[in-house]
Amino acid sequence: MAIGDKIATREAYGDALVEFGAKYDIVVFDADLAEATKTIKFKNAYPDRFFDCGIAEGNMVAVAAGMATTGRIPFASSFAMFTAGRAFEQIRNAIGYPHLNVKIGATHAGITVGEDGATHQCNEDIATMRSIPGMTIINPADATEARAAVEAAILHNGPVYLRFGRLAIPTLFDKESYKMEIGKGIKLTEGKDVTIVATGLMVSVALEAGKLLANEGISAAVINIHTIKPLDTELIIASARETGAVVTAEEHNIIGGMGAAVCEALSENFPVPVKRVGINDEFGRSGKVPPLLELYGLTPANVAANAKAAIAMK
Amino acid sequence: MEHAKIVELKKTSANIKLGALEAVYSASSGHPGGSLSIADILAYLYFVEMRIDPKNPDWEDRDRFVLSKGHASPGLYGVLAERGYFPKEDLKTFRQIDSYLQGHPDMKGVPGVDMTTGSLGLGFSASCGMALSSKISGKDFRVYAILGDGELEEGQVWEAAMFAAHYKLDKLCVFVDFNGLQIDGPVTDIINPTPIDAKFEAFNWNVISIDGHDFNQIEAAVNAAKACTDKPTAIICSTIKGKGVSYMENAVKWHGSAPNKEQYEQAVAEINAYVASL
Repeated sequence: MAIGDKIATREAYGDALVEFGAKYDIVVFDADLAEATKTIKFKNAYPDRFFDCGIAEGNMVAVAAGMATTGRIPFASSFAMFTAGRAFEQIRNAIGYPHLNVKIGATHAGITVGEDGATHQCNEDIATMRSIPGMTIINPADATEARAAVEAAILHNGPVYLRFGRLAIPTLFDKESYKMEIGKGIKLTEGKDVTIVATGLMVSVALEAGKLLANEGISAAVINIHTIKPLDTELIIASARETGAVVTAEEHNIIGGMGAAVCEALSENFPVPVKRVGINDEFGRSGKVPPLLELYGLTPANVAANAKAAIAMK
Repeated sequence: MEHAKIVELKKTSANIKLGALEAVYSASSGHPGGSLSIADILAYLYFVEMRIDPKNPDWEDRDRFVLSKGHASPGLYGVLAERGYFPKEDLKTFRQIDSYLQGHPDMKGVPGVDMTTGSLGLGFSASCGMALSSKISGKDFRVYAILGDGELEEGQVWEAAMFAAHYKLDKLCVFVDFNGLQIDGPVTDIINPTPIDAKFEAFNWNVISIDGHDFNQIEAAVNAAKACTDKPTAIICSTIKGKGVSYMENAVKWHGSAPNKEQYEQAVAEINAYVASL
């Protein structure tokens, strides 16, 4: 994965399971979507440690919980919609409440699922997972970060929700030098006029937005929030102090997601104008990904426009 | 089973019931009916069958028990206290603000509780995960679970039933507490789960139907489960909800309500009289 290569984070997830499956005693569950979630790669490499649960996600996550009580490290994989959505209650009661060491590998998050449409485009998973005490949520920005997130999740003792996408996105970070620390955001560019706080595939969009703003003489700091919970409030507040305005960018409903978490942190600690870019409390629809991103405003131009709006509110 | 052993188990079961009733009475809330119906099964599992060590509740090779019908926590706490996992006096703290004995079993807080349960269906799935772990690790521990008959109405139960049979989880043995009653009334009036045995057979399980208050039948069924090496086992136990307390027996009301002082004293007197008659 060289910088610039377009790779879906779900691909990196499958590859990382294989890579770290050699080093750690992990067990992988899927719910009849192994081809799509890319756990098929792990299945092929370690058939004795892979278990397909069939189309039964609620059972899958609770089976994983039971396995975790015996000391093993299970990954439970399906689409975001069918883990954080359909199996919310099982994740909450069988994994979250007893704080069991289960890793939920959720792929096909957000509208970039594309043609399958609204039933499969999960823009609510960050909101549901955020509301579970003790849940760690990691939403990688590229394949390098996705790989690192898998190992970080294995080494973290407790439940982790890993959010991956279907769309091939640009690789931003160098595999050899990248280090992930759960809960620590990464400031990618310094700026003095506005802070763009982005997560997942919106990080590369935010960097492009930063360039658009620079062309207009606006200096934007860009922060990559790979860990949505626990949120790096220290980094965000410090940057808000420096720039006095914030725009958030995520492929998720603006209600309950990373933008909402940033608003909560800022309003309680250092209130500044904030604009949220995300899905504006609506359902997705079928379509090719580029026009979907345009339609829902997940573009550098819209992030830049919102940055200017936030600056205007200072 | 020898007569003396049966008498001993009946006394143990009576103590479990007394503990469960004390907990529910002290809390003025809880679920006595379905706790009393499983007391005999719990007595057999915890005092005859399971490889466990109350002094080392996290022993990794221990047999596991999952109370999938988690609302019967007074029964589970009763047997754990009786077996020495924690002091019997603590049963009085059940459901209190400063107690570790939560309304439904919390594995993080209670020694001997192997899985957090209460949301129906989840415990059954979790027991499948434990049995799968035993199978793939070659650890050889066995996993026991108790499901309610009303619980069978949860779709997840049948997801788990398919899973367990598909992976031939032969170390898994599930008891169905077929007492016939759920909160809203007789199970056959609410959403009829019968025939229960034929359903599990159709899901490719080893199925045994017994009287859940007969220790010889419980023992024979558990031994038959251990002898079955290619399927999980479901033991369908005909039981009496509220067993051992005359006014609670087969009465829907006692699914989830607590006795008052007079009722509690009568219940204790009846159980003590039963023990004296043995």
